[in-house]
Amino acid sequence: MSFTVPSHLESELDEITTHYPVKRSASLMFLHALQEHFGYVSKDAVEWTARKLGLQPINVYELVTFYPMFRQEPLGKTHVKVCRTLSCALQGSGELRERFCSKLGLDPHAHAPQTTPDGKFTVEFVECLASCGTAPVVLVNEELHHKVSSADADAILQKGKAA
Amino acid sequence: MPEQFKLITKHIDELGYTPDIACYLRHGGYAGLKKALATPVRELAEGKKLSPQEVVREDVKASGLRGRGGAGFSAGLKWSFVDRRSGKPIYLICNADESEPGTFKDRQIIHKDPHQLVEGMIISCWANDVKLAYIYIRGEMPEGARLLNQALKEARENGFLGKNILGTGFDLEIHVHRGAGAYICGEETGLIESLEGKRAYPRIKPPYFPAVLGLYMCPTIVNNVETLCHVTHIVNMGAAEYAKLGTPNNTGTRIVSLSGDVMRPGYYEIQVGKVTLGELIHDANFGGGLRPGRTLKAIIPGGSSSKVLKAGEVFKLNRKGADGQMAKVDVPLLDLPYDFDSLQQAGTMSGSSAVIVLDDSRSMVETLGNLSEFYAHESCGQCTPCREGALWLAKATHRLAHGEGRKADADYLSHIAQNIQGRTICAFGEAASWPVLSFVKKFRDEFEAKGAADEAARAQGAGPVHGVKMAASPNHH
Amino acid sequence: MSAPAQPAPAPAPQAPPPVETMTVKVNGKTVQVPKTHPDWQGKPQPATMLQAARCAGVDIPHYCYHDKLPVAGNCRMCLVEFGTPMMDPATRKPVLNEDGSPKIAKSVLPYEPGTPRGAIACATPISPGMEIYADSKATLQMREAVLESLLINHPLDCPICDQAGECKLQEYSVQHGQAGSRFVEAKVHKPKAVDLGPRIVLDDERCVLCTRCIRFSKDIAGDDALGIVNRGSYNTISAFETGKFDNNYTLNTVDLCPVGALTSKDFRFKMRVWFLKESKSVCTSCGTGCNITIGSREGVVHCYEPRENDAVNGPWMCDSGRLNYKWIGRADRLREVLVRGTRSTWSAALQDLTVRLSKAPAGSVAVVASSRQTTEELYLLKKLAARTGATTDSVAREGEADRLLVAADRNPNSNGARLTGISFTEAGIRIPEIAAAIEAGTVKTLVVFGEDVTKHGIPAATLAKLETLFVSDILPNATTALATHLLPGAAHAEKRGTFVNVKGRLQKFMKAVEAPGDARPEWEFLHELVHGVTGQNGYSTIEGLFNQMAREVPAFAGLEWAKIGDTGVDVKI
Repeated sequence: MSFTVPSHLESELDEITTHYPVKRSASLMFLHALQEHFGYVSKDAVEWTARKLGLQPINVYELVTFYPMFRQEPLGKTHVKVCRTLSCALQGSGELRERFCSKLGLDPHAHAPQTTPDGKFTVEFVECLASCGTAPVVLVNEELHHKVSSADADAILQKGKAA
Repeated sequence: MPEQFKLITKHIDELGYTPDIACYLRHGGYAGLKKALATPVRELAEGKKLSPQEVVREDVKASGLRGRGGAGFSAGLKWSFVDRRSGKPIYLICNADESEPGTFKDRQIIHKDPHQLVEGMIISCWANDVKLAYIYIRGEMPEGARLLNQALKEARENGFLGKNILGTGFDLEIHVHRGAGAYICGEETGLIESLEGKRAYPRIKPPYFPAVLGLYMCPTIVNNVETLCHVTHIVNMGAAEYAKLGTPNNTGTRIVSLSGDVMRPGYYEIQVGKVTLGELIHDANFGGGLRPGRTLKAIIPGGSSSKVLKAGEVFKLNRKGADGQMAKVDVPLLDLPYDFDSLQQAGTMSGSSAVIVLDDSRSMVETLGNLSEFYAHESCGQCTPCREGALWLAKATHRLAHGEGRKADADYLSHIAQNIQGRTICAFGEAASWPVLSFVKKFRDEFEAKGAADEAARAQGAGPVHGVKMAASPNHH
Repeated sequence: MSAPAQPAPAPAPQAPPPVETMTVKVNGKTVQVPKTHPDWQGKPQPATMLQAARCAGVDIPHYCYHDKLPVAGNCRMCLVEFGTPMMDPATRKPVLNEDGSPKIAKSVLPYEPGTPRGAIACATPISPGMEIYADSKATLQMREAVLESLLINHPLDCPICDQAGECKLQEYSVQHGQAGSRFVEAKVHKPKAVDLGPRIVLDDERCVLCTRCIRFSKDIAGDDALGIVNRGSYNTISAFETGKFDNNYTLNTVDLCPVGALTSKDFRFKMRVWFLKESKSVCTSCGTGCNITIGSREGVVHCYEPRENDAVNGPWMCDSGRLNYKWIGRADRLREVLVRGTRSTWSAALQDLTVRLSKAPAGSVAVVASSRQTTEELYLLKKLAARTGATTDSVAREGEADRLLVAADRNPNSNGARLTGISFTEAGIRIPEIAAAIEAGTVKTLVVFGEDVTKHGIPAATLAKLETLFVSDILPNATTALATHLLPGAAHAEKRGTFVNVKGRLQKFMKAVEAPGDARPEWEFLHELVHGVTGQNGYSTIEGLFNQMAREVPAFAGLEWAKIGDTGVDVKI
């Protein structure tokens, strides 16, 4: 399957490129947009970005591996990011993540992103989401959930299963 | 009883207050910008004159405003370092990469009152001859990025942004740039590298001071979200009036992010130095006290990288006595005024003004394990002491938290941390080592007891302990 | 080859501007340090602590810093304790000790005034009166700590590491390290034996992430092919696709790598470096004449490495030149003196040639020499040609130049051939004339050195018409096959001599190994031949020969072998 970036996305990115005096600056914005569209940043996406911005693929690949938000493989439709850092940990985010994992049949001790075989969920521990006053917090796709209780966690899973 | 002083958060969380420009204008928004643009030339003694831009820059200096991002450096001085003779463009970057654990103040401004930030940025750009500026926002705040883009669009439509702003001939463009989950982007030179499309490797200083060799090797100002918001209020109030807020050398207000073991975690705006740590934790207007039956164990007073303070500590602070003379005075922990200088004198810092409270149910070993893992995960890996040391600390604290500790681990941890602080390219070295140094120093008994207990258990044939919730394995990547 | 440019009119003699200096102290010793030093691109920049220390004869250890690469400042090995003169904040005047000397404020951590704060010597500019404590307790402790950090995740596989013996981790460990490590955790594991490119293997576990290889590839070779992937302690040097790191300068990264992370596939596991004999030489693959060190053992050449010469190649050389040494040891090297296909002796063959050349009528001899020969050999050939009124020329060898070191002229000594009068502005222009003269029967004796003329305009059928085809070469070819007199010559690694590069740099090179079989350096037997044919006395040493040439060839006037340094001298071309 060949890698094709839809023209509307390409023109959007071309516009974003004009925001910077140096094209390379648009790299992160490209990767966000491509990940949003394709679900992850593939090797093709890296090469496409490099071509568009006049870079070498390694320049872009360095970013994909440095910035934790970028993924090199497809993720579940519902991406559950549980905050691991102190304020959330104090309010039980460790147990919360274990609950997500065990309910989905994932390893409750593994730390890295895990995706369910049906491709519906990815559960991951992430570092501070900057909402420590409403700990524990969980970012579900782009929606931040505050003071997440066990019941809230189950509701998130219910919603994801139905999606 | 001390109360909040709502300057920046005046309308935030007000019923019916929305992030759109109409609402902002209804509440007097962009008056500061208009006032700034109409600033008259100031005649000084000896026939010297200050241009309108210089007047605003001087006022920011005179206001005593200190950076709200972490270092607490004078914002006016920072602006004064900008190389204005290089002939190169000057850039301004708003650091909205809020990621110091415990901190969630900028999030409130961005999500609930984005125009306040935009106005502060426009004034700051105008005052510094900036024509192109960026808001570097955390990747994990997609909604914030959308709201800011919307705010910028509205500002453009209303003539506050773009070409010939309000007919003054001043042109400015501001763009939103999204990070992608790296704490180190909060460090200003790391942020600049990231904005240039590179790994966020902090630059060596010298020679790469942003005020001279910043974004694209041009003079660059990097200011925190809250700092930039204050500029509008300084213009509106006048520097002298603003400086009356807070306490001398610690002027204005700050939004304190309060989390951990208090009844009412949240963000509270205070006049700097007018509220004590004890009041922040215990008063009904603020933290509302500890959980029932609990006692205070420790306070992390300025974001996770600040040195921990132990319940019951008493500090020697310089205070002006009744006779006007400076003298050393004993100040107990809970009586420490929450400001830049008092916390510095107490051997720690107010940092990003994030207070994390720990009660007596908490294990300091596990708490440190949690923090050290954060720093191991976030080290960019550019320079040796931090790259190797941060993970070393995480592995050692993890081992100690999981039943494989040694009595000698207290010294072992301090030794590793001592070899990081002050030896790295950026302040991350301090951020990673200070929690370790302060936890071990102040809670040595607990660390040694844990190590000794593990040694004893091992002698009885016990293995590692699983299921420690706060310090998961540092080997995820 | 274009004509040499007209020299610019000599500027009026001027005294060089006085070097502005700054006084600092290094380890208690006062030194005057020039205020500026050239940076990696040669631009003057404020002097650093590292340069000040060098002025004082003090070497500050480092991994990431390299004179010819942009400063990175990442290894932290060069951290040093320092102090600066104390200033009275009110008067802005220096605070003095009781003895009148300036009081020095040692740099300390702002938040922990009892602890010294180091600065990286590679990037910290000096200031007047600064004191650098490169051997203080605090400095040594900082170094020890950096080394400890670098070694905690290192595999410590020195016994099988190619870098062993020239490894900066080993070297500094001996000087600054500890016998044991406190590290009791599990090590980080990273990729081993990564096939980075056709000539490079990478062991990421040995890597100290100094980024020299990345900076070289990007900023010197112009191939931004390497980078760091992952983050923090898991950082790993990588190319986007394995096996594709393939510019013509990749092997320089092996030289630059201060540890055993990058190794040359050509050299890997072949030889322990401490067994190699090092000989100063010059690369022969093009007219740039990169300075090299030949590594050899027991008569076999094992590697070329670039030898630093800022007037020519800096510290670099190209991969194609570096790997172009295997022909020296080829099994089919010419090793016997042959007269009409029969093994002969040097004395018999030279005697025969002396007689033939002495008797040859004017205009009946032609000479095709090679610009791969040394200047001294070309000079002797020219003498021989002059005696017999011979037409001479050499063979042009053109390729494409690159932006760094490779010259379009693929002969190492075209200027030597030109300056000695063997060839003219355009090398090879007279070869058709020589071919025609052989065809016409005017030229009956052809002297060929180091070239297969059948590939350069004198076909085998033409050569067959000669009475005498006197050939000297190193390897067999169509011309050597037709030689009436075949004398086995020596590779540059087997003799001494000089080349003049495309820019007019005259450089001498030393002998690394012995020539095989009966083969001899050409200048030795040419000297005998010239003596026999011309009756002139010559020199039987390279020193004497060179000095004689310098007296006779105008471009070399005033030069003496002994006075040419290891990096050569400029001559007017």
